Amino acid sequence: MESQEIGKNPVVQKLKDWDAKAVAEVIEFRGETTVVVPQSHLLRTAEYLATEPTLRFTFLSDITTVDRFPIEPRFELNYELLSLERQQRLRLRVRLPGSEASAPSVTSVWPTANWHERENFDLFGVRFTGHPDLTRILLPDEWEGHPLRKDYPVEGFR
Amino acid sequence: MIETPAGPAEPMVLNMGPQHPSTHGVLRVILELDGEIVLKAKPVIGYLHTGIEKSCESKTYSQCITLTDRIDYLAPLSNNLGFCLAAERLIGIEVPKRAQYIRVLLTELTRITSHLVWLGTHAIDLGAMSVFLYSFREREEIMKIYEYVSGQRMMTSYFRIGGLALEPPPDWLDRVRRVIDSLPAHIDEYEDLLTQNRIWMARTKGVGYLSPEDAIAMGVSGPLLRASGVAYDIRKVFPYSSYDEFDFKVQTQTAGDCFARYQVRIAEIRESIKIVRQAMEKIPSEGPFRAVVPGVIPPSREEMKTSIEGLIYHFKIFTEGFAAPPGEVYQAIESPRGELGVFMASDGSAKPYRVKFRTPSFVNLQSLPKLCEGRLIADVVACIGTTDIVLGEVDR
Repeated sequence: MESQEIGKNPVVQKLKDWDAKAVAEVIEFRGETTVVVPQSHLLRTAEYLATEPTLRFTFLSDITTVDRFPIEPRFELNYELLSLERQQRLRLRVRLPGSEASAPSVTSVWPTANWHERENFDLFGVRFTGHPDLTRILLPDEWEGHPLRKDYPVEGFR
Repeated sequence: MIETPAGPAEPMVLNMGPQHPSTHGVLRVILELDGEIVLKAKPVIGYLHTGIEKSCESKTYSQCITLTDRIDYLAPLSNNLGFCLAAERLIGIEVPKRAQYIRVLLTELTRITSHLVWLGTHAIDLGAMSVFLYSFREREEIMKIYEYVSGQRMMTSYFRIGGLALEPPPDWLDRVRRVIDSLPAHIDEYEDLLTQNRIWMARTKGVGYLSPEDAIAMGVSGPLLRASGVAYDIRKVFPYSSYDEFDFKVQTQTAGDCFARYQVRIAEIRESIKIVRQAMEKIPSEGPFRAVVPGVIPPSREEMKTSIEGLIYHFKIFTEGFAAPPGEVYQAIESPRGELGVFMASDGSAKPYRVKFRTPSFVNLQSLPKLCEGRLIADVVACIGTTDIVLGEVDR
């Protein structure tokens, strides 16, 4: 399970062969591979990873945002993918600027993304274009602000 | 005579919850009904949101463990384990084998207690009152083991980064053996009450069908996924805490209905008993219960009192915490409800920069409309029960 040499992961190689522009950066840490994808390529890459017969990342475990405030691009979206047949995990990452925190919705590829994207919208204010029902999920509808952002105080605004 | 207006009837909208005995907490489901038939079901959540992920960002790694107990309050040790494994992976700590086996034993007991609560409450929802009384009787015996080992029945916080909080009492395995030896007969009792029970079968067979394709698309995991015929169990696929050294079978069914999920959970209790037995054999009577990493894991009581380095480390760890290398990890474990994932991002400071709990209840609940749309309103209760949600975990 120790980390492989950077870029030697066969999935990454396959992605690069498919479209070199879809892989902006590859990060290896503690045996986990993260592929940074440009925002404009996210939906295409997601479709490819889920449907390509030799990859079959059909299971989306999670979508998580990390707020790097005040560093720009501020938001990092992490998609935890899982291939049940090949028993392998992969993380896709998209970086979004604070001025335009918006990513294409992947609900068409993985229906489970529906609630995950609503949660990220609710707590971080990241918008997902093409989402069927982008409303708050954990907080009340009239809540102001997005509490998991780093510029939102832990004790809330008073 | 009363005249009824002609034309199609408008569907009736009914609010189920948030205060409703069979929603297992504060779940609200907006039901659109045509007579007794559910046309649409929309779960509304968030009533128990307490901002645990935000709180974690202002606490040291060790302090976060107490919060994880409170996410899934029916399986606190599973949450402890998920968080500790993620932190250990991030820092790069190897946990001693003895601690790993004790962790396996206690998380499997947690799986048994969690499934017992599920069985009791699900049965009470569907009108079988007595099972609840029996299953809570057995659960209480296991809770006494937690109390004996950690001092707490529920919020144990017993797993710490690098191992365990304290050495378990010397005769604790005898108590575990006594409880475990009595369990199989009790499980047979529950099965006598339910498995061939005609009312139970009528209420669960063919109800709440979930196809394997839908289950994967909806990200469903745990017993729900396995009852639909997908043999995905993280203990087997991505073994953690030495699960690869244990002999157990992944329980699956193909029917994909409420009855299949009942069968899977009952079979999982029996498998867990097997794992606990193996763990009892494997646990050495002596040996370290936590790793030795100066500056990260507290030194032993003896060392803290007799050496100056030990005292300094002890003081620093409990006041400032310890710095973790910058990076991100995602650690998934098989909690009683499914895939519990902990995503942890560190910026190199003593506090986690971001912690995300990918909780199985949150994701599994999303499949509720798929389970109950087109069925009778009474089946909604069966469907909520069978997803085995814990609202604390859904809302975090």
